Amino acid sequence: MNGPISGDKTAAQLHRLAVDEVATDTVAILGGRHGKHDALDLMTGAAGYTDDISLPRMLHCKILRSPHAHARVLAVDTSRAEALDGVHAVLVGAELPIPYGVIPWTPDENALALHKVRYVGDPVAAVAAESEDLANEACRRIDVRYEVLPALIEPEDALARTDVKIHEDNKHGNVTKRVQLAFGDVEAALAGAELVIEGHYRFHGSTHAPIEPHCAVAVVDGKGLLTVWSATQVPHYLQRELAKVLELPMRQIRVIQPAVGGAFGGKSEPFALEFCAARLAQKTGRPVKCLYTREEVFLAHRGRHPFDMRYRTGFAADGRILAVDSRALLDGGAYSSFGLVTTYYSGQLLAAPYVFGSYRFDSTRVYTNKPACGPKRGHGSVQPRFALEVQLDKASRALGIDPIELRRRNFMGEHATTVNGFHVGSNGFLLCLDAVERASGWRDKWGKLRPGRGIGVAGSCYISGTNYCIYPTDLPQSAVQMALDRSGRVRVFAGTSDIGQGSTTMLATIAAHELGVELDDVRVVAADSDLCPVDLGAYSSRITLMAGNACLQAARTLGERIRGIVADVWGIAADQVVLARRRASEAGNPERWMPIQEAFLLAEGKLGLLGATGSYNTPKTGVHGDYRGGTIGASPAYSFTAHVAEVQVDEETGEVEVVQVWCAHDCGKAISPVLVEGQIEGSVYMGAAEAVMELHEVMGSGLRSDGRKRDPGPGRDGLLAASSLLDYRMPTSLDVPQLSALIVEAPDARGPYGAKEAGEGPLHSAIPAIANAVFDAVGVRVDHLPITPAKVLRALRERPDRC
Amino acid sequence: MPIAEPLDPARARRIAVVRLHVNGQAYAVAAPTHWTLLELLRYQLGLVGSKQGCDKGDCGACTVLLDGLPTLSCITLALSAEGRHVETVEGLGVGGEPHPLQRQFAERGAAQCGFCTPGMLMSSAHYLDELGRAASPVVRQQDIAAALGGNLCRCTGYTKIFEAVQAAADETCDRARALADGPGGAA
Repeated sequence: MNGPISGDKTAAQLHRLAVDEVATDTVAILGGRHGKHDALDLMTGAAGYTDDISLPRMLHCKILRSPHAHARVLAVDTSRAEALDGVHAVLVGAELPIPYGVIPWTPDENALALHKVRYVGDPVAAVAAESEDLANEACRRIDVRYEVLPALIEPEDALARTDVKIHEDNKHGNVTKRVQLAFGDVEAALAGAELVIEGHYRFHGSTHAPIEPHCAVAVVDGKGLLTVWSATQVPHYLQRELAKVLELPMRQIRVIQPAVGGAFGGKSEPFALEFCAARLAQKTGRPVKCLYTREEVFLAHRGRHPFDMRYRTGFAADGRILAVDSRALLDGGAYSSFGLVTTYYSGQLLAAPYVFGSYRFDSTRVYTNKPACGPKRGHGSVQPRFALEVQLDKASRALGIDPIELRRRNFMGEHATTVNGFHVGSNGFLLCLDAVERASGWRDKWGKLRPGRGIGVAGSCYISGTNYCIYPTDLPQSAVQMALDRSGRVRVFAGTSDIGQGSTTMLATIAAHELGVELDDVRVVAADSDLCPVDLGAYSSRITLMAGNACLQAARTLGERIRGIVADVWGIAADQVVLARRRASEAGNPERWMPIQEAFLLAEGKLGLLGATGSYNTPKTGVHGDYRGGTIGASPAYSFTAHVAEVQVDEETGEVEVVQVWCAHDCGKAISPVLVEGQIEGSVYMGAAEAVMELHEVMGSGLRSDGRKRDPGPGRDGLLAASSLLDYRMPTSLDVPQLSALIVEAPDARGPYGAKEAGEGPLHSAIPAIANAVFDAVGVRVDHLPITPAKVLRALRERPDRC
Repeated sequence: MPIAEPLDPARARRIAVVRLHVNGQAYAVAAPTHWTLLELLRYQLGLVGSKQGCDKGDCGACTVLLDGLPTLSCITLALSAEGRHVETVEGLGVGGEPHPLQRQFAERGAAQCGFCTPGMLMSSAHYLDELGRAASPVVRQQDIAAALGGNLCRCTGYTKIFEAVQAAADETCDRARALADGPGGAA
C-alpha cells in the first residue's frame, strides 16, 4: 500500500513506483522497520537536553511560589534576598507586567503574580544566583504579605459562588468559556427514539508527567540578541510570547528547542521559567538556567481537565444513534491556557466515526484555585469519548446487539460529512474494528468469559492537526528548506519539534526516499528559529501531515532537478531515472547507474547550488461548517481507532487488572511503522493508566456533584494530593498490560503518501474499552473515573444480585 | 555548577575530595559534602547522560551501577562513592561500538524521547550481567519486567523496551551456550 496520490501519474509518481521496484531486494526506507534517526544519540547520553547545557558564568534561577490557593499579594520585600552574597538579581511581577496566554484571545497569566495568586504554587518572585542552593536560600528570604481569600476548589462551587471571583476582570463570574451548539432537533429525536440512555460521567484530572522536567536557559549577546533554549514543544509560540512580554521585536529573539524528554501536551505553551530566565539574563548580563523540580512540574500541570458530563443518547431499535445530547462542566484551574479550544473540542471532536442523527452540546469551563488544566494527549476529546463509548455499550446491552456490530451499524463511511459539518476523507474505522475483533478473539470471549474476566470494545477518531493556527494568519503552517551538498548528503531545515515522537525521523525518511539516499545521509536541523523556517509546533498531532507535506514538496522539487540533469546526460526521459540506495539508475536497466553523489555534483554544476523549499497550508474551504466555532476542530484528515481491552476484576478487593489491550489505528500510511507502533503502545499505556491508576487531585473542601464531600482540614485547600512520581501512580514495567499495536492504513489524499496522525488518537478509546470490559467482567458500571478498587467494591455491593 | 560558590560564613559548606573510578577511569573530584553522586557526575565530570527526572529516587533516570549494582545516583551522596566503581551510560559501549543493549534499543524503537533511556540501559545491563553469570541462563519476560521495575518510562508503554532487552538477553544466552558448547568447552 503505497499512498493514494490522486490524478494522473506524474513523473514523480513513476519515479516512486520505480524506486519501489529497486527497493524490493533491500529494506525499504519508506514504510521500512527502521528505528529512530537519532536513536544512538539517545543511547549514549549524547542527545543533549536543555538541562545538559552549561554555559560559562551561568547563573541559576529559582522561583518562589504561593503557599495559598487564593490570596491577594499585598507586598513583596526582596531586600533580605538581595543582600545575600552570590545573589545577582531578584525579579517580581511588576517587572513583567504584560499578561500572556497561548491563545491570543485569553491572555490571563503573568510570569510572576502581579496582585493575586490563584493556586498553591503560583509563581511570585524569581532569583538568579551562583547556584541552585543559593537561589533557594534567597527565595526563603523573600518576604511576602498575603491577604488570604476564599479558595474555590470544586468547579461546582466556582459556578455557584458569585461572591468570589478568581479573575476580577472576567466577564461572567468564574466562567472562562461556554460553548452551546446544536445540530438538528435533538429533543424530537430523543422523543422518537426506541431507547434513550442517560448517564452521568466524571472524568478525573490526570497529568502528563514527562520524565524530563521543564527547563530553560537564556543568554543575551552583545547585540542584544536573546537566545532561549527550552524544553518546549511550541518554540514558535514561545518566541511570540517572549517578544510580547519582554517587549522585544521577534528578530531579537532566538528560540532553540534541544532534545525534549517527553511532553504529551505538557510543554505546549510558555511557562514562567522561560520569561524569568530571559528577564534575569537581561538584568544580570549572564546566562541563566531555570530547571523545575518534579513538584513544580506537577504545579505547572496543564493536564487533562476534569469533566463532569451528563449524556442522553437516543437509539433506534436497530442501534442507530438518533440523538446525542451532552452537558459538560470543565474544571479549568486557575488560568485559561488552551481552555477556549478545550471547551469547543469537548463537543466538536465527538461526531465521528459514527453518524449522529442530531447532536447538541453545552460545555462550560470554569476557573478554580488549582493548577491550570490544558491539553493532554487527546486534548478535550478523551473525556467525552469515554462517556459516549460507555453509552454505546449500555445501548448494545439494552438492545441485545453485539457492541462491535452496533458500532459498525453507525459507521459514517469514507468521504462523508459529520453532523457538525467536518469533512472526513479516508476512514479506516471498519478495518480497525475488524482487526481488534480478530486479534482479541472477541467472538469467543464477549459475554462468555468466566466471572471476573471481561472484554470490552470502543472506537474513536482524532485530528491530524487543526486547519487554523491559534493566531490569525494566512501563512503556511509548516515549511521546510532543503539543501543537497557535495558529499552526497541531504540537509533538511525545519521548525518541527521532535519531543520523542520522531518528527525528525519522519522528515529524514521522506527526504531519503525521494532523493535516493540512506537515512544516515540526511541531516535534519530542527526547531531553531535562527536556522529553520516556522513550524507551529508539536501539538494536535499535526507534524507528520503538515511538515511531511512540506518536506515532500521540497524533496520532489530537488528530485525532479536531479533526474532531469542525469536524464540529459544519458539521453533518456527524466521519468526513467530512478534515485534509490545512493544511486541514480535507469529504470529497468540496473547496469546503467552512477553514485548519487555524482548526480548531485552534475546537477550543481549545471544548475548552481541545489536548494528547495516546501510549504504546507491547510485547506480552508469546504472542510467545515459555516457557523461560529465551526472551524475549531476541523482538520485536513482524521485518524480512526478501535480498542478491545481484556480485564480481570478481583471481586474480593475490587482491583482491576488490565490484562491486554489490542489497539488498531488507522494512520493512513505508516512512514515508519516501528515509530507508529511506539505511538500506539505509548498511547494505550497512558490511557490504561488514566482508566485505573492515575489521579491528579487537589485537596479541597467543596461540594461535588457526585455527592462526595471532602474536608482535608484547615489550611490544606489547594494542596496537591500527589506531587511526586511515587504518589502519582504511573504504571511501572510491572503494571503495564500487554499491548498489541495493529497498524491500519486507509491513505488520505491530504497526507504525505496518505499519512495521518498516530500520536494521540490511539489513547482515546482505551479508557472506555477498559470500562466496558469491567462491566463484562462483573456486571457493574463505574462511570466516575478512575476505576479504583473502592469504587468497584461499592458498585459490587449495590449490584442487584448482592442485595 | 561552580563549587566555589560565595559563602555565607554562617552556612559555610564543606568541600571534600572524592576518589572513585568512573567507567574504568580513576578520578579525584572535589565536591561539596552535601552533593549527590548525580551532581558529581553531571557537574564535575560532564557525564550528563545520567538524568535528573525527580531528584528523589522515584523515576530511575539517574540509575548508574555502583560496584556493579543498580543505584539511584540522585539519592546517593557523592562521598559514599569513595573508593568505589561507578558505571554510567557513557561507559556502556566499548571503543565507539554500541553495547548490544544500545543497538537493540535503537533498532527496535525502545527509546522515544530517550530521557529514561540511560537509566533503563543501566538496569538492563545489570540484568544481563546477572544472566551471564547464571549457570543455566533462561530469559523470562517477568524477570525483565522486575529488573526494570524502578525505571519509569512515559513514552513507550515498555513494550519495545521489553523486546529490546529480550533480544539482547537472547544474544547473551547464545554467547554463553556457544562458550559452553564450543570446541574444548571453554574456548
